[in-house]
Amino acid sequence: MARVQTGVRAVGAVLVAVLGVSLAGCSSTGGKRAEDARKAATAQGKAAVNTPNWTFGMVTHSGDGDTFWDIVQEGAEQAARKDNIKFLYSHNAEAQQQAQLVDSYIDKKVDGIIVSLAKPAAMKGALARAKKAGIPVITVNSGSAESKEFGALTHIGQDETIAGEAVGEELNKRGKKKALCILHEQGNVGHEQRCEGAKKTFDGKMQNLYVTGTNMPDVQSSIEARLQSDKSIDSVVTLGAPFADTAVKAADSAGSKAEVDTFDLNEKVAAGLKDGTLGFAVDQQPYLQGYEAVDLLWLYKYNDDVLGGGKPVLTGPQIITKDQAAKLEDYAKRGTR
Amino acid sequence: MTATAPAPAPSPGSPGTKTDERLLKASPLKKLMGRPELGSVVGAIAVFIFFAVAADSFLQATSLATVLYAASTLGIMAVPVALLMIGGEFDLSAGVMVTTSALISSMFSYQMTANVWVGVLVSLIATLGVGVFNGVMLTRTDPPSFIITLGTFLMLTGMNLGFTKLISGTVSTKSIADMEGFTSARNVFASTITIGGVDFKITIVWWLALIAVATWVLLRTRVGNWIFAVGGGEDAARAVGVPVAATKIGLYMGVAFGAWISGQHLLFSYDVVQSGEGVGNELVYIIAAVIGGCLITGGYGSAVGAAVGALIFGMVSKGIVFAEWNPDWFKFFLGVMLLLATLLNHWVRKRAEATK
Repeated sequence: MARVQTGVRAVGAVLVAVLGVSLAGCSSTGGKRAEDARKAATAQGKAAVNTPNWTFGMVTHSGDGDTFWDIVQEGAEQAARKDNIKFLYSHNAEAQQQAQLVDSYIDKKVDGIIVSLAKPAAMKGALARAKKAGIPVITVNSGSAESKEFGALTHIGQDETIAGEAVGEELNKRGKKKALCILHEQGNVGHEQRCEGAKKTFDGKMQNLYVTGTNMPDVQSSIEARLQSDKSIDSVVTLGAPFADTAVKAADSAGSKAEVDTFDLNEKVAAGLKDGTLGFAVDQQPYLQGYEAVDLLWLYKYNDDVLGGGKPVLTGPQIITKDQAAKLEDYAKRGTR
Repeated sequence: MTATAPAPAPSPGSPGTKTDERLLKASPLKKLMGRPELGSVVGAIAVFIFFAVAADSFLQATSLATVLYAASTLGIMAVPVALLMIGGEFDLSAGVMVTTSALISSMFSYQMTANVWVGVLVSLIATLGVGVFNGVMLTRTDPPSFIITLGTFLMLTGMNLGFTKLISGTVSTKSIADMEGFTSARNVFASTITIGGVDFKITIVWWLALIAVATWVLLRTRVGNWIFAVGGGEDAARAVGVPVAATKIGLYMGVAFGAWISGQHLLFSYDVVQSGEGVGNELVYIIAAVIGGCLITGGYGSAVGAAVGALIFGMVSKGIVFAEWNPDWFKFFLGVMLLLATLLNHWVRKRAEATK
């Protein structure tokens, strides 16, 4: 019994100490307080319309804990708040599981489905079932080629080849001669298209480098080794925001002068653009993909409106350089860019 | 096969079958208490009731068909993996082997412009070959199966990506939907059976057939006794004349056979295979088997239990969607279920042993 008493006392003492330290040692910058201030600046609020409370389900091919899809979700939730929509979200990186999730939403008899077609063949049957059940579908992010064929209303996203071409042109503008395209996910069709597109328009020489995206130290050492072995490389293009920072570190330790450019955006990329450690970023505006998907479904349910005239609605590529970086850094911090 | 009842478990210890010639007369209840799958069946009923209350659309026939489909795609692998675990071994290559099997079928048919069934058979031989490789490596060399199949897992993962890129030029295979034999193969591996307006996938039939065969082998044949024996104690089994090496190689071939069925199902459902998939699923099969009462050390477990484990997995993964919860919590629930199931199984086993 006495031992329990001392145990309780010890825990109590530790708690008091922790509280005391945290109160005494306040930070005047960053942290939760700064975040709350930023959060206050995000759009919140109630529904702006009085249409029925429809339910829309979204299924993506995102893995667990993916920043990009978090922003897509943020946009979708914002539109759902405004349009008086009950928004459901689920995801799985395995094609079969993703198709089963779409089936679950069809079983639930939702009023609309939003789906990403990274693995189009696997989703074909599920989309056909949705059509049979009379549920409108909008495809986002990937699958612009298949969207119409599978009976979706509209596709919202970025054409990866066009985005790649934009990168090639921007590299030409910057007078680059030899570039490296870093593919961090073996087996991703969209990634291949990005590098292909960049190769097409780039006047210099471009090489692909495959790295293991799930293992950052490995990404860094691979890029480093390549830059060390070939000093003539003057630009490195990464296909995801988290890899830009790693590529910068790799270029530094390899003593390379290569400029790092990247697809997609996050807080760190915006900061890097601002202070010049990064050249440019190609954004596909994920917030817009989520927001527009929900909003277009709402428009279809409410007014039978379909956007795009049978063509995909593009949310990118948007080339971001030093000039826009300052403003976007704030937006990236609050999780909407 | 009705839409309302969860997978019926052909329990050989049920009071209906009085074919027990053993001298020791155990009461039916006591016999039931001694079954490895008891804990998982109780768990499955609890999960079912829970989601029936928590999610209003869970009890629809179509929803249950989706749950059963999810359970069957996992269960086809969980059953042979359970048998392997009863035999005291692991197979970490089981997840990517499914993808390997689908890739071989698809690419062989396409490149050779052969009838799709030729690719399917070549894939069967090649996948069984991987199983034999695992088994022979294990029985002829020293390292434990954990290490050996980890090696196979990495090799297959690399080969899936490498060969697909080399042969097809892209990261996924080319469509074989317009080739001869595709329709009949699809009917066998990926068709839909409509009963009373509800679509059931054929994988459910495969799954039930595998459960039946595996249960019969385990409880009614000499091979079943060998499996329990090699898992319980390899040296003791060898001393009484059990063919240890052959049994283990056979078990690995069983897993390969399951991978072949799953792989063909993937291929004929979607007619294109992504080369990077399947990684991580091997653990899911092991989880299903453990929830179903298999001991991680071998010598104890049942095929029915693994199937029920797969059913629980299917109910939780889809139930969370029906209940409209945030899917971020799925893995957490899985972890809780795994721990609870293991504790419950342990308790049941202790009770059963104490009352003998």
